[in-house]
Amino acid sequence: MSALADQKRLAAEAMLSALPVPMEEAAWAHDVRAKARARLLDQGAPVRRDEYWKYTDPSKLSAPLALAGAAAGQPMSSEAFGGRPDAWFVNGRLRADLATPSAADGVAISTFAEVVKQDISIAREIFGVLEVAGQEKVMRPLAILNTATATDGLVIQAHGNAGRIHLHSDQIGDGASILRHLIRVEAGAELTLLESGSCSNAVMEVDVAEGGAFHHIRLQIGTRTPSASHIFARLHASSQFKTFTLSADGDLTRNEVVFDLVGEEASGHVAGAVLAQAKSHIDNTVFVTHSAAHCESRQVFKSVLAGQAKSVFQGKIFVRNSAQKTDGYQISQSVLLNEGAEFLAKPELEIYADDVACSHGSTTGALDPTAMFYLRSRGVPKAEAEAMLIAAFADEAIEEIADEELGDLMRDEVARWMASRT
Amino acid sequence: MLKIENLSVKLEEEDKQILNGLTLEVPAGKVHAIMGPNGSGKSTLSYVLAGRDGYEVTGGSATLNGEDVLDIDPEERAASGLFLAFQYPVEIPGVGNMTFLRTAVNSQRKARGEDEISAPDFLKLVRSKAKDLNIDMDMLKRPVNVGFSGGEKKRNEILQMAVLEPSMCILDETDSGLDVDAMKLVADGVNALRAEDRGFLVITHYQRLLDHIKPDVVHILANGRIVETGGPDLAMKVETEGYADILKDVA
Repeated sequence: MSALADQKRLAAEAMLSALPVPMEEAAWAHDVRAKARARLLDQGAPVRRDEYWKYTDPSKLSAPLALAGAAAGQPMSSEAFGGRPDAWFVNGRLRADLATPSAADGVAISTFAEVVKQDISIAREIFGVLEVAGQEKVMRPLAILNTATATDGLVIQAHGNAGRIHLHSDQIGDGASILRHLIRVEAGAELTLLESGSCSNAVMEVDVAEGGAFHHIRLQIGTRTPSASHIFARLHASSQFKTFTLSADGDLTRNEVVFDLVGEEASGHVAGAVLAQAKSHIDNTVFVTHSAAHCESRQVFKSVLAGQAKSVFQGKIFVRNSAQKTDGYQISQSVLLNEGAEFLAKPELEIYADDVACSHGSTTGALDPTAMFYLRSRGVPKAEAEAMLIAAFADEAIEEIADEELGDLMRDEVARWMASRT
Repeated sequence: MLKIENLSVKLEEEDKQILNGLTLEVPAGKVHAIMGPNGSGKSTLSYVLAGRDGYEVTGGSATLNGEDVLDIDPEERAASGLFLAFQYPVEIPGVGNMTFLRTAVNSQRKARGEDEISAPDFLKLVRSKAKDLNIDMDMLKRPVNVGFSGGEKKRNEILQMAVLEPSMCILDETDSGLDVDAMKLVADGVNALRAEDRGFLVITHYQRLLDHIKPDVVHILANGRIVETGGPDLAMKVETEGYADILKDVA
């Protein structure tokens, strides 16, 4: 075994041994957990020398951490999305005293901690299954760690128009919070999931059945602890999947979105707005697989960077030879408000079908000086002119959100960030 | 009103002198035209007055109502009444025309210590000015100048001028890229703004715009300074004889 493989395996062992082995779960879940432990030891922890971690140092994310204490105090109130969350997790555990997830028309809700004790088919069909599928071309060890050790999370089955569900999680003090969310949108059903707060390691598996629609809007504001998130989605025929994340500052955030278009005429969109100053580091890594023909995918990422902030975008479109007539699009752009801020982009296409339209582009630069002068020549002060141009720039990502009202909430966040910028 | 004295300007990036001791005064209520061949410094003059980056004033002064304009930010110049109608109006994707215009009006009012205009009053104001210029309100809902035709862009410049009501208007080649009908529309818009307390500096390459916007005084700019000044007949002379002959006479 090479020295690097040794180092990776030792680091994986350290991560696993810092965390408790989940107990008293159903046999099937026990099996998923055991296999995940074996897979993680086989793959090893991520290290800087891994190509996939070239721009983001994973050492803080793969440091061995015990679970954060469950007895930690009262979390701050959540103002995100202008209302009280439907499900509230603190340090990796549901806090039923803060919010009780309840079933409504068109939706069944339970928790991950509950379903792994039972024999529930949607949990068995999703948990670990989509994550394993998402390891095909690139290893994602932090997601494997999550499969092996996650303590709780939200389990949602939408079988009609489920409306909006707001999921919030807090991370208080040191230690690991490991949440696993399982979501199934049944045929023709629709669900909007709002997500806020922070969690050191969160994985969401989303299965969207034929003609279903899943919308996901996530707010990451000033996340103080290193955070890794993964979304693994499987999109069946004519389904729709749209995820948008606004990340404002944050010590170290890595968001991976991995989805596979497995049924024809499916559509998957992933968008993000990054607003970062000081020494913030935000990484958006996307992997889109086109397995079926006539599908469409879009990736739209916009970064506004100040101070010594760093934004990373790694986006890949992988088209299997079965996926003729694929329409794949990717754009990542950044505005650097000063020297010292950095944008690192790695767009990738890997295409095995011959009749596809795939495009990608990436730009980086300062605010357009001509536009700045035009605005100022009409009397708009410099700071306000900057704010107008930045809002317009970020808007191209926010416009990916289908719901106008939610889009406006994101616009408010951009304005707030601009106003608070030091 | 606008007084430019012995103004010398060079490009910041390269050691290239563009204006060489330009002197000019536009009194309130008057329309002055500047004509000149390509490369004579016409656009540089307009940009330097409006405060664009990239130019270095190496000598002389420019004042508006007695106050130095070269020393203040572009937004302060605008608030003190200076307006430049751009030769190439800038497209700004994602910024709505109405938002832009209302922000501009209110920023200027705020800078002058005035109250902001109310939303209904603003809408009423823009509606009436847009109607005069034959501008569709739907066009104003679009982002600033994005997808506008050349004529629409120029009309939008004049609309901004009409709404902002500056005291000193500089028009940089406003006729470029316009057909006869569009030019007439733009000229009518400018003429409607002519007033006792407002001065105009109309920069143009051709005489034809001056058929519609009748100047009181015409200057010829060459090699960065005014080489000849006269009445409207000077523009006619340019039209019939070309710049070469006039410049030869001057030399």
